[in-house]
Amino acid sequence: MIPKLKKQQIMDLLSSGRRIDGRGLEDLRLVEIKCQCVKNAEGSAEVRLGKTLAIAGVKTSIGTPFADAPDMGVMIVNAEFLPIASPTFEPGPPDENAIELARVIDRGLRRAEIIDLRKLCIVPGKAVWEIWIDIHALNHDGNLMDASALAAVAAILMAEVPKAVVNERGEVTIDKNEKQRLPIKNIPITVTIAKIGDKLVVDPNLDEEEVSDAFLTATFVNDKICAIQKRGEKGLTMEETMRALQVARQKARELFKIIKEVVGSE
Amino acid sequence: MGVKSKGLELIRPDGKRLDGRRPDEIRELKIKVGILENADGSAYIEQGDTKIYAAVYGPREVHPRHLALPNRAIIRCRYHMTPFSVEERKSPAPTRREIELSKVIREALTPAIIVEHFPFSAIDVFIEVINADGSTRCASIIAASVALASAGIPMRDLVAACSVGKINGMLVLDVTDVEDKYGEVDMPFAMMPNRNEITLLQLDGVLSLEEIEKAISMATKACKEIYEKQKSALKEKYIELRKAVEESAKT
Amino acid sequence: MPIYVKDWDLVVPGEVLAEGDYIAGPYVYKEDNKLFATTIGIVESKRGVIRVVPLQGPYVPKVGDVVIGIVIDYLPTAYVLDINSSYKAILQAAEVLPPQKNALAEDLSKYLDVGDVVICKVVRFDKYSDVVVSCKGRELGKVVDGRLIKVSPAKIPRLIGRKGSMINLIKKETGCKIVIGQNGFIWIKGKDPTSEVLAEKVTRKIDEEAHISGLTQRVQLMLQLEKRG
Repeated sequence: MIPKLKKQQIMDLLSSGRRIDGRGLEDLRLVEIKCQCVKNAEGSAEVRLGKTLAIAGVKTSIGTPFADAPDMGVMIVNAEFLPIASPTFEPGPPDENAIELARVIDRGLRRAEIIDLRKLCIVPGKAVWEIWIDIHALNHDGNLMDASALAAVAAILMAEVPKAVVNERGEVTIDKNEKQRLPIKNIPITVTIAKIGDKLVVDPNLDEEEVSDAFLTATFVNDKICAIQKRGEKGLTMEETMRALQVARQKARELFKIIKEVVGSE
Repeated sequence: MGVKSKGLELIRPDGKRLDGRRPDEIRELKIKVGILENADGSAYIEQGDTKIYAAVYGPREVHPRHLALPNRAIIRCRYHMTPFSVEERKSPAPTRREIELSKVIREALTPAIIVEHFPFSAIDVFIEVINADGSTRCASIIAASVALASAGIPMRDLVAACSVGKINGMLVLDVTDVEDKYGEVDMPFAMMPNRNEITLLQLDGVLSLEEIEKAISMATKACKEIYEKQKSALKEKYIELRKAVEESAKT
Repeated sequence: MPIYVKDWDLVVPGEVLAEGDYIAGPYVYKEDNKLFATTIGIVESKRGVIRVVPLQGPYVPKVGDVVIGIVIDYLPTAYVLDINSSYKAILQAAEVLPPQKNALAEDLSKYLDVGDVVICKVVRFDKYSDVVVSCKGRELGKVVDGRLIKVSPAKIPRLIGRKGSMINLIKKETGCKIVIGQNGFIWIKGKDPTSEVLAEKVTRKIDEEAHISGLTQRVQLMLQLEKRG
């Protein structure tokens, strides 16, 4: 339970345009992205957003396509809130929060078409690449959503996958010596805005999350929006919603620059 | 969902949708109140071919006890689809989608419930989708609000809901299953119509900020219409009781 | 100062009842200078206070209410009662024990056992704690025979009728002793099982048909027909 005093303190500071960690209402925490830190994964990235830490790993395998999409690769996103990340996370299968996070990030990645799934087709109807994206929360200090989404994007962008070779008999083999990046089409960026009282703040930390009324998460691609999720037990007016999306779009542009730098330099 | 429409024309040459609706037209809505006797409140909804039961139990004791909150009621919600509600049989076990929708629906209804009235208790909302033809979470919310009101649980407002889709570049209201599968966008939306507060907003698909603003306006207008239908359904059920109470007080 | 409803109007949650200097009574809240209903019920406005009388809903205890409870558990010096509510009722054992006995030294089940039905009065209630009830008083205490039935708490006023007219009618025609708990529990004791059965039948009829006008005549008719056998 968060003491009333803390909520009061947070709200008082907000009315003078400041937050408890000294940030402005629209400031992100310090972003650190470390790529390809896991040797056994085809792609990996660790993202720090302030004290929040999330890691994403990309593994590939060859599998059969879905019946209604025989010429498209398969992308699956899973997320776990590990007990090591917070005293409030219990061991066990993903709870509704982890499931929601995974599905929101999945929608963002899919609708933005981060990967050109058609280029993952090896033998139509029979063999396609399966891209498994697993996200694990390592330390929860608020806004696991954005940290996880960024980690997933970075891991996908940096992933090096082996080549698939089809011989004359139609058999598929993997050539581990020939590696290439995944076929990337777009780079989606996810930004979460929290509503505290009548104020909107970017990238809430844990204390702010605990006193927030509602959250709006939006995934941006090429300045348009491909996914939205409102969370929380209170509502937002239309005006607050549009204002939050405007601010989020601005932040998405900032994060896009950051990730392009990180990816470009490697 | 990124899959081409397979030659299915979702908009007819006359500009109407497959089921004859205009882009800004919602399906016919039938709401029946109090059809489940054991529940404290209940409602049944038909929106096109989408058919859903919503039942409310509570406020009641919380089990397990440690989940109870000392200053308010907890709201629990279970959205579930029957195996025969969809074309290909669905296993009765809860799927990740049902778990997410249960959370999202709960968060759409909670802003309307005055939970401070019932500390240490739970208000349980159960939703069973009998037949699914698109926009089931919105229809669920429409029914669940009515069920909550019919249980006499104090609420700030009812919650009305409507989805927005995009077909052939055009925004449409209240998407059916086919329009969701082969359309470009699905935007479920819910609001408290008298307070103008949005309690559910999701987007799956690409829209510009301007399109989102337009979509929210369209959905808001539809929700106010839907609220009138929810109101009628409730009043129809209770008008007899009200008349009887008035009559007995005046004789 | 516009008011959009009049007395006896049926309203639903969120309906805007009025704007301006009115005071929000029970089941009404005020925000942004507007008054909203919070439940399905009937509008009542008196001297600038607008309230809604709910037609449905859980039992909310009020000090002074007569309630009927069932013993479900013991605490070191008190009994816990189920009163058909998300709140439990606490009855101090001292009220039931003989004066010299000390509750802590006694086996409480000797005086009131789990499953026993007790008629009490609400003595204290605030929504953050359990309800405190007392069974000291006339017509209060454990009941050992008769039958207990449950109806919807919102229908209780219909069962009582204006100035007790309905309940008095039933008592007179069946010769039964009837105690109505505001919490929806009703205790009936008759001279013989037949009259108890009749009283129960009539009570259930009122619960089911409370919303249909002409109830009083139908109840009178039913009582006459049943008595003739």
